[in-house]
Amino acid sequence: MIDLTVIWACIIGFAIIAYVVMDGFDLGIGILFPFFKVGQDRDTAMNSIAPVWDGNETWLVMGVGGLFAAFPLAYAIILPALYAPMIAMLLGLVFRGVAFEFRWRDPAHRAFWDTAFTTGSVIATFAQGIALGALLQGITVEGRSYAGGWWEWLSPFSLLTGVGLLIGYALLGACWLNWKTEGGLQRQTVTYAGRLGIGLLIMIGVISLATLRLETQYYQRWLSFPGVVATAQVPLATLIVTFLFYRSLRVKRDVQPFFWALSLFGLCLVGLGVSIWPDVVPARVTIWEAAAPVRSQLFMLVGAAIMVPMILAYTAWSYWVFRGKVGTEGYH
Amino acid sequence: MDAIILARAQFAFTVSFHFLFPAFSIGLASYLAVLEALWLKTGKGVYANLFRYWLKIFAVVFAMGVVSGIVMSYQFGTNWSVFSDKAGPVIGPLMAYEVLTAFFLEAGFLGVMLFGINKVGRKLHFVATLAVALGTFISAFWILSVNSWMQTPVGYEIGANGQFLPGPSWLTIIFNPSFPYRLFHTVLAAYLTTAFIVGAVGAWHLLKDRSNPGARKMFSMAMWMAAIVAPIQIFAGDMHGLNTLEHQPVKVMAMEGHFQSHPEGAPLILFGIPNSAEQRVDYVVEIPKASSLILKHQLDAPLKGLDTVPQADRPPVGIVFWAFRVMVGIGFAMLGIGLLSLIARWRKALYDWSLLHRFAVLMGPSGLIAVLAGWIVTEVGRQPFTIYGLLRTTQSASPLDAPAVASSLLAFVIVYFTVFGMGIWYLLHLMKKPPEAHETPLGDAPIRSAGITPAPAIIEGASA
Repeated sequence: MIDLTVIWACIIGFAIIAYVVMDGFDLGIGILFPFFKVGQDRDTAMNSIAPVWDGNETWLVMGVGGLFAAFPLAYAIILPALYAPMIAMLLGLVFRGVAFEFRWRDPAHRAFWDTAFTTGSVIATFAQGIALGALLQGITVEGRSYAGGWWEWLSPFSLLTGVGLLIGYALLGACWLNWKTEGGLQRQTVTYAGRLGIGLLIMIGVISLATLRLETQYYQRWLSFPGVVATAQVPLATLIVTFLFYRSLRVKRDVQPFFWALSLFGLCLVGLGVSIWPDVVPARVTIWEAAAPVRSQLFMLVGAAIMVPMILAYTAWSYWVFRGKVGTEGYH
Repeated sequence: MDAIILARAQFAFTVSFHFLFPAFSIGLASYLAVLEALWLKTGKGVYANLFRYWLKIFAVVFAMGVVSGIVMSYQFGTNWSVFSDKAGPVIGPLMAYEVLTAFFLEAGFLGVMLFGINKVGRKLHFVATLAVALGTFISAFWILSVNSWMQTPVGYEIGANGQFLPGPSWLTIIFNPSFPYRLFHTVLAAYLTTAFIVGAVGAWHLLKDRSNPGARKMFSMAMWMAAIVAPIQIFAGDMHGLNTLEHQPVKVMAMEGHFQSHPEGAPLILFGIPNSAEQRVDYVVEIPKASSLILKHQLDAPLKGLDTVPQADRPPVGIVFWAFRVMVGIGFAMLGIGLLSLIARWRKALYDWSLLHRFAVLMGPSGLIAVLAGWIVTEVGRQPFTIYGLLRTTQSASPLDAPAVASSLLAFVIVYFTVFGMGIWYLLHLMKKPPEAHETPLGDAPIRSAGITPAPAIIEGASA
């Protein structure tokens, strides 16, 4: 069963994980931005991600570019189906992306660009969450194209996943700042992390239960015997990770809470995988139906096999260069 | 307005806006690499100061290029999903290679290039600058390969489901017939675009203070580029045109305004107003037989006109005709300023001829305009096809309702004009400041320079 198509599904899955791991926290900082004090605190929060946000966002392009190349049919169905949220996400990313530079260039309008940074981050995150929910609840497909209307993505469930992702990214942002900052800002983010953790846990529970009711495929995957013995480990692990997350927060660790929060995201993605595998358009189109021909996938695999390790290496180097607390180390 | 026209307008709008930024940043990244190399080699402060001066501008341009570029990677799917489904197996992998080999390289090293000099030292910082410059070039390589394949598709097979599938050789697809010419012509265009912006900024400051060493240096470097690269570019453009004549003759007919066939040598139309309804060019000013001379190197060589092409397969003539003349006109104006600069240099008056400086200021945005005009020639000239001769634009669009496309188009227009309008204003603001002997590093923003002594590594070299 391990063929090129499966390998490519794993690569794109990896790109999505990499995106959530890396861009999640910097979108989260955008979401929390208005709660930070104007001046030193906001500048520090911004500086903690200024050197890396661009690289982080490239994983989003990798995800969608990989989808286009390896599963062109899925790309052609999903993007028109998610038209409005995708456009909203892109425009949100425009605002927050330029804010990194513009707020320094124009002190007179810094408040405006700070608002743009937050608004853009919130819209981009909310749209990504909505996109996930819309895909999970199933989109209308006829033949080789999307056949629903341009509001089909909008539902209570997709709004729920949108809010869930907002809370989730905000948690990652808070944990990142706990790692990278000191003093008042750090204490503030620790408090936020504690509250957001509870919020995320509630959202995970509600969304998981709601997901089970969406398609019989999901219900059977999770609850039919004997599979349930394996799938039950996912919620169990979620509870254990949550416990470890709170313990690391309580003993005032800098780094661990961030990685425990990432683990929570990882478990959500595992859960998503259980529900939809091996579909690329959930419950509609499998990865094999959407796959590009072997020649396309093989050609790209050569490139990915060589380039992805190099990318990971120099990305890691870039993070290493800007390691440590922003306030004391200071690359400004 | 139907959904397809709106989708085309949206793509044209987003790609045109986007193209301005890489057209500038491809050249600027290389210019920064040259400046840093000269600084490392000579230790002269003027290069360090110029490097820092243009790095601030680069940071703003690059940010706008990134965010407008991400939009493009989604536009294919949101607005042209049928095209994406059909062409994905061939062009998708090329775009994936662009992400893997270019986008990550640029983004990965950008942070170090912008903020890292005091953390990694000069040599490693230079490596980061080189990596970013190389990334911009590799990006151009892949995306122009994709575009060229849509112009001159080869090496494909048609699948049972109607998809274009890759044939046995990827090299055939990547190095399709128009690619080498388009790549060379476009990358030179990017270098010229940057050179003319740099030259205009230098000239602007020379007009105010002829003794400013930074302004003198950047103006001189830019004028060397104009003198050397503009003639090469005109030659490259001619080669590209001949290649187009071979593979996309209909596009050349539209560029030349040849509605009728000319069996005994075609005239070169300098000016005129193409009248598609009457199939002629009004108020024409032309040189007899010169078009045949340029395109076929023979005065009497026959050239076919649009009358040999079915109505349904013709591109819109007016736009292509005018855009082509704008591009060529600017090309010759660039050549002219290059020659003038050589004369000025020979007379040792390069920094004193204020007329030359005024001309250079006027020509500042010329590269950007020429690049857009050239892009319009090649893209509109490909119509009515997305994949030349094989897939029509009308058969490429997403199954979207017109209101959906119209509202997103409106949103793009408002957001782009606001955001990039302000961004361009910031750029002009940065350019308005003269380069100084102690140019501040990028982190001149409050927090970045607070507390820590900024950039000791640079300061010691920066005493021009």
